[in-house]
Amino acid sequence: MKQFKAFVRKEFYHILRDRRTLIILLGMPVVQILIFGFALSNEVGNARFVVLDPAQDPATTQIITQLDASRYFDYAGSCRTYREIEERFRREGIKLAVVFPPSFNQELQHLHTAQIQLVTDASDPNTATTLSNYASAVINDYQARTNAVAPLPYTILPVTRMLYNPQLKAAYNFVPGVMAMVLMLVCTMMTAITIVKEKETGTMEVMLVSPVQPLKIVLAKAVPYLLLSLVNVVTILLLSVYALEVPVRGSIPLLLLESGLFIVASLSIGLLISTATGSQQTAMFLSLLGMFLPTVLLSGFMFPIENMPWLLQQVSHIVPAKWFYQVVQSIMIKGKGLDGIWKETGILLGMTVVFLLLSIKNFKIRLA
Amino acid sequence: MISVRNISKKYPVGKGELTAVNQLSFDVAPGELFGIIGPDGAGKTSLFRMLATLLLPDGGEALIGGCHVVKDYKQLRKKLGYMPGRFSLYQDLTVEENLRFFATIFHTSIDENYGLIRDIYEQIKPFKDRRAGKLSGGMKQKLALCCALIHRPTVLLLDEPTTGVDAVSRVEFWQMLQGLKSGGITIIVSTPYMDEASLCDRIALMQQGNFLTTGTPDGIKAAFAKPLLAVKADRMHQLVNAVREAPVVEDSYAFGEWAHAVMREEGHDRELESFLSAKGFRQVVVQQTEPTVEDCFLKLMRP
Repeated sequence: MKQFKAFVRKEFYHILRDRRTLIILLGMPVVQILIFGFALSNEVGNARFVVLDPAQDPATTQIITQLDASRYFDYAGSCRTYREIEERFRREGIKLAVVFPPSFNQELQHLHTAQIQLVTDASDPNTATTLSNYASAVINDYQARTNAVAPLPYTILPVTRMLYNPQLKAAYNFVPGVMAMVLMLVCTMMTAITIVKEKETGTMEVMLVSPVQPLKIVLAKAVPYLLLSLVNVVTILLLSVYALEVPVRGSIPLLLLESGLFIVASLSIGLLISTATGSQQTAMFLSLLGMFLPTVLLSGFMFPIENMPWLLQQVSHIVPAKWFYQVVQSIMIKGKGLDGIWKETGILLGMTVVFLLLSIKNFKIRLA
Repeated sequence: MISVRNISKKYPVGKGELTAVNQLSFDVAPGELFGIIGPDGAGKTSLFRMLATLLLPDGGEALIGGCHVVKDYKQLRKKLGYMPGRFSLYQDLTVEENLRFFATIFHTSIDENYGLIRDIYEQIKPFKDRRAGKLSGGMKQKLALCCALIHRPTVLLLDEPTTGVDAVSRVEFWQMLQGLKSGGITIIVSTPYMDEASLCDRIALMQQGNFLTTGTPDGIKAAFAKPLLAVKADRMHQLVNAVREAPVVEDSYAFGEWAHAVMREEGHDRELESFLSAKGFRQVVVQQTEPTVEDCFLKLMRP
């Protein structure tokens, strides 16, 4: 036990004395959450739109006012011809054009049906779809209100409710993702690198000749990173609750426990990588390519797994981050308890045990 | 104390293999200071790692203090003090932290065995709060030696402890080893420096995985058996080749600022001198000299 303590103390010296790395490790979650929260948002705000409105009747004016009033759109003037619309798309970066027929109000009043054309800049397809959806929503809203004044005999009104995330905030999606990403980086990469570093500098040689059990060496390496990662988890949670207004609906202790489990899983992967590599560069590449990339691509937080080809979907099952991502999402956003996530927890637990056993088995008591 | 029998180590190189250690056998008595002298790539480090239980031999076996290096590696690791060739302490820990750490993992404390390292540690104590990475080469080696000694090992394996250390520190380091030897510790030390050989009780000259010879430094020098002359002249860089052409000379090589000539027989000093004068060399000096370990090494290296 005394030996173990000495080891852990030494590891803390290593981490605390390398100020630059420490700042990166502690600052990374903050920077990532802020970047994802404020810079990399795929929500659209204040898109400029133009109008081609030969009718200029009360109905069209009202729709335009409502569009302008919503926080997604800004009115950027009117056009007289289609050619002018195209011109302004090209020149001014207009994202949306609303085209009314010449007799919009009349058609609406007498024929009970009228068309509005929405022209969007589809060079960025995601933005285009989002904008046309937003615009349709505003127009539907107008229609609903008009109908309320003079109700039609037969109408079906689909009422959608966005469960768990009514405002469709992207933060709900990426906070669990960033958590998985940061933990993977800190635990897997840093553990792998520190162990390999001892091999490179030759200290492992002396360590092996000592009577210390290899298991103790390896576990002592993991302890400081476990603590550091828990600090990161708390930072991410505080930032997401207070800066991004993402709620934690489920139990916080459960969330911390699950994070602890994922941290141990990542640590054991790091240990496994360190047993298989001999240089810090290899260890870094292996952790980045082997663990970090799948975490970003296949955990479902950037790209929906359901849309992937069958093969990639199967591969995603062995990415621990995918299961952790689902667990965090379930606890934070959906407010589920352990009974709702026991399957994911079980899988993570199983992976951890396998990785730990493999890395202990692979740990070499000799140099070659 | 140490008994090695036919120990071998091979590494795969491409399709073939490289024999780093070729069926070596030797014994080291308790309290002996045994030196393994050889150039880089002779196989010294591989041999040390096998003795330190860090590499598995491909053949043969070794017993250290009754422990088999493969089967009893766990017990053996408690008795061994090992200092690898590269500086193997934590650069970002201070001198004292390094020493305390190594004391703890070997189940002891600095105070418990301070007597053993006092003479060495006193020299680096003024720098005990300095990080190991900031020490000079000589001080690093002293610290490494302290760390290797802190658990009072019965056998000390030192792999090139004086490589990259200045001349003064090298002398000090060898004095420390003499002190430890008189304390009863068996020491195996390797070095590429031939001049350090005479400080060992017994030495082995190692080349390409083989021991060229084993014995006391004096014994090895006595076995040289040929007269040796030191030659000097004005055009030094042509001298070695010219000396080699003389019929009375068996072999010649540069040796510091002299050329050494191994003679076929005793008493041909004059012939060599006139041979060189005839070749147009000026200020020729020919004098008898005692063979050093390096002379023996060079002689044994050339078949």
